[in-house]
Amino acid sequence: MNILAILIPAALVLGLIGLVAFLWALRSGQFEDLDGAAERILLPEDDRPNP
Amino acid sequence: MSCCAASASLSVPGSAHRPDRSELLDASHDLGDGLVSTRLAVPDAHCAGCIAAIEKAVGGVEGVEDARVNLAGRFVTVKWPREAVDPEAVFAALDRAGYRSGLMDMAETGPDPVLRRLFIALAVAGFAAGNVMLLSVSVWSGADAATRDLFHWISAGIAVPAVAVAGRPFFAPALHALKAGRLNMDVPISLAVILAVALSLHETLTGGTHAYFDASVTLLFFLLIGRTLDHVMRSRAGAALRTLDRTTPRGAVVVAEDGSHTWTPIGDIVPGMTVFVASGDRVPVDGTIASRSVTVDLSIVTGESDPVVLTTGEIVVAGALVVEGPLDLTATRAATASFLGEMRSMLEAAETARPALSRLADRAAAVYAPAVHLVAAATFAGWLVAGDGLHHALTTAIAVLIITCPCALGLAAPIVQVVAAGRLLKSRILLRDGGALETLATVDRVVLDKTGTLTTPTVDRATLGGISEEARAVAAALSCQSRHPIARAIEAACAGGVAKVDGMREETGRGIEGTLAGRRWRLGRADWALDADALAALPEERRAWPVLSQDGALAATIQITDRPRPGADAAVAALKDLGLAPILLSGDGETKVAETARWLGLQDWSAGATPAGKIDAIRQMQADGHRVLMVGDGLNDAPALAAADVSMAPSAASDVSRSAASIVFLSEDMGALPSAIAVARMARRLILQNFGLAVLYNAIAIPLAIAGYATPLSAAIAMSASSVVVVANALRLALPDRAGGAVKRATPGSEAVTDLPPALGARA
Repeated sequence: MNILAILIPAALVLGLIGLVAFLWALRSGQFEDLDGAAERILLPEDDRPNP
Repeated sequence: MSCCAASASLSVPGSAHRPDRSELLDASHDLGDGLVSTRLAVPDAHCAGCIAAIEKAVGGVEGVEDARVNLAGRFVTVKWPREAVDPEAVFAALDRAGYRSGLMDMAETGPDPVLRRLFIALAVAGFAAGNVMLLSVSVWSGADAATRDLFHWISAGIAVPAVAVAGRPFFAPALHALKAGRLNMDVPISLAVILAVALSLHETLTGGTHAYFDASVTLLFFLLIGRTLDHVMRSRAGAALRTLDRTTPRGAVVVAEDGSHTWTPIGDIVPGMTVFVASGDRVPVDGTIASRSVTVDLSIVTGESDPVVLTTGEIVVAGALVVEGPLDLTATRAATASFLGEMRSMLEAAETARPALSRLADRAAAVYAPAVHLVAAATFAGWLVAGDGLHHALTTAIAVLIITCPCALGLAAPIVQVVAAGRLLKSRILLRDGGALETLATVDRVVLDKTGTLTTPTVDRATLGGISEEARAVAAALSCQSRHPIARAIEAACAGGVAKVDGMREETGRGIEGTLAGRRWRLGRADWALDADALAALPEERRAWPVLSQDGALAATIQITDRPRPGADAAVAALKDLGLAPILLSGDGETKVAETARWLGLQDWSAGATPAGKIDAIRQMQADGHRVLMVGDGLNDAPALAAADVSMAPSAASDVSRSAASIVFLSEDMGALPSAIAVARMARRLILQNFGLAVLYNAIAIPLAIAGYATPLSAAIAMSASSVVVVANALRLALPDRAGGAVKRATPGSEAVTDLPPALGARA
């Protein structure tokens, strides 16, 4: 059962990383222009993130 | 990049207003280090090409550090050092690139806070649901007592904060409803979640065998998905609408002492200024009429649809629509509140409008919510009386609360609308009011207007070669007074210098007149513009064309070619395939209407219809039990658009037609018409299917839950499964070639033009 002491925190930490990454993306405005993001893939040499 | 050829013709004569440096700085956001960011509206941006062109144009302005277009919000964020802020250079750069631009209103900038909160709640609920479920599965697969207790504690540690965060979108409205002494569907949801968490905490503390943290967080997760989709759908329609409104002038043409016209933003108009309003435009500020009598439509103010005639000195309120003008008014109030209030209420009406079917769901919820509480309470009391103990009674009651949660019922209509609206938006069709989709599905008669809808009048520049420069400049000045499609076509063909014509006014259905150097010029129908001698001298076949006259003598005849709108014939054929009966109702002469009808393969047509005649025809059809869709664009179609059950207008239509229409299509292609109907029919079918599924689920699940066969967890899974089924069913609408199957690709317009006999080209 000692394996649980590693696996459960590992699972939770991975989940938390995902959650924090999403909240960071939300905060940094990456969900503010979904239409623009869809169109921008058509532009050459434009892969900057949102300011 | 031809798709981006932004319409350069601003409907406002004179130089457009440009905010000055201080205004720009006021609206800017300080980034520190001497940098500021400014948001400029670019309403015409709509594709990758536009993004590249705008960013290149603005980025090339000296001092600009970064320019980034937001396509969803139709604005560009400019980052520049405070001292480098130069409005003239940046607006000039945008003008050169062919994009109209302006300063964003402070109020409309920034992301949607509600959506942001929903996203955060959704992310937290998703995280908690995944992890708690993992732990629960281990417990069910037979963990020993110590591990089980440990897992319950960990689950509690995840679920309690998660519910506190993710439950807020439900707890707040529930509290609101309770305070107001009402019950809404948020109340049983909140009750079920809080009770399940409380019971589970009690179990965890006492080392019990069952905890239901999984049930509460999964429930929240699925409910939040539905709620977020619903919100996205609503705000998307609103955002599209705001973009449309941004293209309409946010100011008015102010007439200076010397008679020159200057475009001034609405906020800068002060009492005493003289404001010019063209026919078909709304009065921007409250004022008194300074010019001769005009006809205005006050329906937005009074609800009375008949236009009224107002004379000099009478008060006209903001929001009134000038039907026959133009109008000069003296502003009496600087307040823009009434105008903005009207705009806002229009937007809100569109955002809150819900189809009859989802209103039905709301009505059902009003009955359903108390019923849910009664059933749950009765279950609790029943099991308690039966002597099964408090714990079992409570779990069963919670299971009933969860299982009766009307997610499937609540999702049935909105999810279909989200998908349908998204599909329509892709075909560049905007729903102005949510009910339109549902009505559109039941339509069985389609009334089409000719000019501007099925055909676009154009003036061939080559045929204007013979006219004098003076006549051309006068024609340009007169034609820009009117929103009539023919006047628009003349305006486009006569581009160049504009003569300074005085006393211009429009006579609806006849033409426009004005004076220059003491001579009266008229542009319009030959029998109105010319005196008897000149009319008699005009060859018979040219009398149907508009003419330009000087004191009754012929100055020029203007040859109008009716260019069919792209895909008009294919659209009519597709409408017939859908089992609809298209009817052509036009104000034009018999020969031309017959010609167009023959070309489109329409059996049912009528010529010479007046606006009132169109309304009568529509009312007659409605009296015969038909549901009527009206498609039109002109000022004269507006009453008919309002009279029909549902109406469509192209985005190029006059403001009044656009606000009267329930659906606006942005594409040039008439194929939008049958595809909108096909999508609407499919959506209606899916909504009814979803209601059926939801009712079926409840009919099976509720008796089982009351009988105590459902634990809170199995209830949460059943509830979620029913939601997933409903969502999956709705997504069928997004599959390619389901709704669009009946819609043939439209033939390109250029081919259609060559099919037209020249006789059809001539029109008054």
